[in-house]
This record gives sequence, structure tokens and C-alpha cells, in this order.
Amino acid sequence: MKSLRWYPVILLVVLGLLLPGAAPSASAAEKTVVIGFTASKTGKFNVEATRQINGLHLWMEQVNAKGGIKLADGTVAKFADKYYDDESKKGRVQELYTKLISADKADFLISPYSSPLADASAVIAQQYNKIMITTGAASDSTYKKGFTLVYQTYTPASRYLTGAVDLLGKLNPAAKTLAIVHEKDKFSTDVVNALKAYAESKGYQIALFEGYDSGTTDFAPFINKIPQPVGAIMGGGHFADTTTFAKQLYEKKINASMIALLVAPPEPKFAELGEACISVVGSSQWEPAAKYSPEAAKKLGMEYYGISVADFTKSYQAKYGGETPSYHSAGGYVAGLLLQKAIEQAGSTDTAKVKAVLDGMNLMTFYGVIKFDNTPKAHGLQVGHDMVYIQWQKGKDGKPAKEVVWPAAAATASAFVCPVRK
Amino acid sequence: MWEQLAASLTDGLLLGFVYGLAAMGLTLIWGVMSVINLAHGPVIALGMFGTYLLFTHLGLNPYLAVVIVAVLGLPAGFLIYGVAVHRVINAPHLSSLLATFAVNMIIIGIGTAVFSTSPQNIDFSMGTLEAGPLTVPGTRFVAAFGAVLFTAGLYLFLYFSRPGKAIRAVANNRRAAELMGIPSSLILALSFGLGTMLATAAGGLIATFFPFTILSGGIYELKSFVICVLGGLGHPLGALLGGLILGGLEGLVPTFMPVSWVPVVEFGLFVLVLLVKPSGLMGAK
Repeated sequence: MKSLRWYPVILLVVLGLLLPGAAPSASAAEKTVVIGFTASKTGKFNVEATRQINGLHLWMEQVNAKGGIKLADGTVAKFADKYYDDESKKGRVQELYTKLISADKADFLISPYSSPLADASAVIAQQYNKIMITTGAASDSTYKKGFTLVYQTYTPASRYLTGAVDLLGKLNPAAKTLAIVHEKDKFSTDVVNALKAYAESKGYQIALFEGYDSGTTDFAPFINKIPQPVGAIMGGGHFADTTTFAKQLYEKKINASMIALLVAPPEPKFAELGEACISVVGSSQWEPAAKYSPEAAKKLGMEYYGISVADFTKSYQAKYGGETPSYHSAGGYVAGLLLQKAIEQAGSTDTAKVKAVLDGMNLMTFYGVIKFDNTPKAHGLQVGHDMVYIQWQKGKDGKPAKEVVWPAAAATASAFVCPVRK
Repeated sequence: MWEQLAASLTDGLLLGFVYGLAAMGLTLIWGVMSVINLAHGPVIALGMFGTYLLFTHLGLNPYLAVVIVAVLGLPAGFLIYGVAVHRVINAPHLSSLLATFAVNMIIIGIGTAVFSTSPQNIDFSMGTLEAGPLTVPGTRFVAAFGAVLFTAGLYLFLYFSRPGKAIRAVANNRRAAELMGIPSSLILALSFGLGTMLATAAGGLIATFFPFTILSGGIYELKSFVICVLGGLGHPLGALLGGLILGGLEGLVPTFMPVSWVPVVEFGLFVLVLLVKPSGLMGAK
């Protein structure tokens, strides 16, 4: 009987010996999913890419804070990132993505910012059988190369500025000419070729159609060629060159009913141009004023997934010192969110299973509708998402304020014709 | 058509003055010591960043900042000369070419690490000047005027000061100048310093109207070579003339053909001058 008093002690010792063994088995139930990407921490895409990565990091922080994703086999998937600076150079991308897959064992990939860089990275993703969600990459042509594992979050370039032509028709029906000055890169060229065809189909005459080299800082030779008066000036390229173009248009006092430019205007930093940004229109993939909600999804008969627009904006501002998220930020977040949804639904991180979910995806998020083309002709091309158009107007405090002006259903203010600059 | 031509030509010529100033630094160094300075581009970029830092961090007027940066360019030139050029000054040209290329890589490397390659911008406006069809941003006009002032200053220095005359003497015949008691090593260092000073001043002026990165000097270095060949290597006034020709072409060509043809015409002219008059428009026969 006396020896029975030792039984609890023996039991504890046995459990103690067993627990160290049990601990590893508990941690084995947790799996780290590595998301690999390159980020343009330096170079001309620095502004856009930084916001994109901020968005992605916010998503990762939130999904991990909620305990990750429980897979079908009971394992919990948590996310970690691995990334390198691509210096905004296409030449570095393929080497770095190969390293991300081979050395860093990335499970899924997010594209770098910009179409040329994303296009280069997509080749590596496909070669190594890795799923890549592209964000910040709107060029159509990437998805017409036979890739089967590359999925686009952005509205394609071919639909980027066509809405601006419709807006011009409404703003100034008398306008009949367009001057198109664009960066000679893949994305901008795709955009303006589609824009030109669309404008011509609507009866507009193209008074100037000319491209400039990436990195151009002197736009005077192009601006001097814009006939006066002109209905609208459209084009641009990326943040650095487009901002300079807008500034020099203002300095040269060029008049047009509308100035609609790519990429830069939706960025909050564009407001630093002061007076020069007023009346400039920009096409945006997403705005904080966007009206995507579970109710809107229900009306369309589709599922709503993830965070709300208001919560995304609020949590982004809280994490990044009050900075308002731009569409680049939203693009970064939604790239992670789509992977989350696909892994969750597949119950696995297996490429084939996740791919099957992505192929059939048709849902609404805070960023808008997401649906991918799953035909061999343009596999992965975004077919669900639509652009919104913003215009910089003078706010109540006299400072530049960004307003959604098109489509009319999403507008927060009415668009106005550019005031005469004299 | 004529309005476009006038506007475009004015923009080009105003820019041409600044191109000329940038090329003047390169041609001065070549003329005095027969060194092709491949660190010229990064030095122009340093002028841009110097002006930018004085403007954004100390709140100085950018034109005052350009003057300070130009003054600082002089000792920077002494330093580059002392460290990289002096020991190879009498060696074959390839040695000095490689030495200045090394300086080029060092500046770009440090500049990339410190400033990154993200574009920077001096947010400063001088309004817009208007005359008929011409609308010229004030910053371009002031930059052209500044380039003329620096050129005039250089000429006054070279022709009316003892060190300036010594530079011309060394450029003309270094051995004879040494026999006349001119300390050629000091004069060579001074020439390199002046060349660097002109490059940093040009960089500072360009930064007042164009955005820039640490790599931006490269394009102006390339233009400087074309300008030096056009005007005549070693001839500072030729550099200004060459700058105006290049700027004029950049204004003229886009009026009649796409802007992408500008380099084709520029480098076509470069080859033509090399074939027909290799000594340049103002070079010796």
C-alpha cells in the first residue's frame, strides 16, 4: 500500500519523459509556408513596390495572428516571407526567383512590381512548377504565353484607360482629339495600344501618339508637339516619369479638357505636386472609397471573402503611420488573400490542388471581383476586376484631395474639365 | 509648325548651355593632362545630390546650394586627382582611363548604398516665362544663365589670372612650362579640381529642373563626349558651342521626326565630325 503512494510520482515522471517527445509532434502539426518575391526597394519602381509589399506584409501579419490556415490533414499553415531587392531591374529578377525557389524553398510566389519584371519572373515560376500571383503587373501579354500557374490580380492593361475615353465623352462631348504620350515599356505600350483602338472606335482623332524611353526626365520635346487646343492628353508610364510629365505639362501651361495618366495619380504621393496635380485623372485598380461589400457580392450572387474595405484601410493606416493605402497596397494584400483562400479551400499547399481552386475562383473581396480566365488562350488573365477613375480636386482645406469620378455608380464627386492654365 | 519649332528650339538651346558647362569640365581635364575622365558622370550626379541635400536639409536656396557645391567640387577634384590620377598621369592613356573608371564605380557604389537609385527631385519653382509662343520654366532659364556665368568665370580665370595662365601654359607644353618654373603637378591638380567643379555645378543646375538618381550623370557624361568632339577636345569655348549645337538638335529634330530619332541624329553627327574634322569645330587644324 505504501508503494502505491509513489504511483502519482512515477506517473508524472513517465509523463515528463513522454512530453518532450510529444512537444515536437505538436510543433510538427504547424507548417511554415514560404512566400517568395522580389521587391523594388530601390530604383524607379520604389514608390509603387514599397506600397505593394506593405500590403502583402499586412496580410501576412493578419493571417498569422489569426492562427494561420488549418489544412485537411490537421496541419496548421502559417506564412513567412523571403524576398530580395530587384533594384527595379528586369535583369536581376530571374536569378533572384530561381534562388527563392531553389535555395530558399519558397512554396508560393508573388510577382515583383511592374509588367516587365513580373513577365520575367513568371517564366521561372512556370519552369519550377510554382504558383505565382501577380500584382502590380497589368500587361495582357504575360498571360497569353501558355503559362498555367500564373494568376493576375490587376485589371489587364487593355482595359486600363478606356474608361477615361468614356469619361471624356461625358465631360466634354465637343472634344475630338487625343494626344497620347507614353513610356515605351511593355505595360504602358499595351495600355495605349488598346486605348488608341478604343478612342478611334469612338470617333476620336489621335493628334499625337509617341513613346518615350524609360527613365526620361525631359518631356519638353513631347509637350511641344502636343497641338493646342487638344481634347485630352493621356498616357504616361510609371510613378517617377509620369509625375515629371504631369509637372512639366503644368509648367508649360498646356491646356486640355482632360489629362489622364497611368499609375502615378492614384498614389497619395502624387499630391506633392501641389497645383500641378489638380484636375489630373488617373485610373486606379482600387480606392479606399470603393463600395465592395458582402451585400454587393450577394446581389451579384457570389461569395465575399476576407476583410472589409474599411477594415483594410484602417488596419493599413494603423500599421504604416497613418499612410492611406493606394491600389498598389491593396494589390499586395489581395495577392496574399487569394493564396489564403485557395489554400484554405484546397485544404492543402499542393500546387495542383491550389491551382484547381484558383482556376475556378469567382468571388468578391475588399479589392473587387476576382475571376481568372482558365482557357488555354489566356490562362490566368484577370477577367472579373474593374478599374475606377480618380481625379485630384481641391479639398475643403484648399489642399489636393483625391475623388473617385468614374464609373458614375462609384463616384464620390463629379469630374470637372481642366481649368485653363494661363 | 513654326510655333512648335520656336518653342522646341528654345528649350533645346537653354538645355544646351548646361550641357556645354558639363562638357567644359571634361574638355578642360583632357586639354591640360590628356586624361579621359570616366568619373565625370558620377561627379555630375554628386553635384545633383549635393544641391538636393543642401536644399532639403538646410533649406538653402538651390542656386546658392549650386555655388556651394561647385566650391566643394574643387577640393573633391584635388582628392580624385591625388588618389587616382597623379600616379598614372605619365602612364599610357589606358591606365588613367581605368583609374578614373575605378573612381566612377566607387562613387556609384557608395552613392547607391547611401541614396539608393530611387529618383529624387528638387521641388523648387521659379515660375514660367512667357513670350509669344514660348513658355519656358524659370528654372531652365536661370540654369542657362548660371551656365553662362560659370563659363565667363572660367574664361576670366584662364585668361586674366596667374594660375589660369599657368594652366594654359601647361596645356600648351608641360615641359616648357616646367622649365619656366611653373609647378606642373600643382597646376594639373588645379585643372582637375576646376573640371570637377564645373561638373558639380552643371549637375546642381540640372537638378533644379529634372529629377535624378546617382546614375543620372551617365547620360550627361555621354553627351559631354559628343560635345567635346563636336567643339574640339581640350577647347572650353568649343564645349559651350558643342553644347548649344547638341541642345539645338534636341530641339530641332523632334519637330520633324519622332523624339526617339534624336540619339540617331546626334551620334550620326558625332561620327561625321570624327570623319570630316576630327579636331572638332574649334580644335586646332
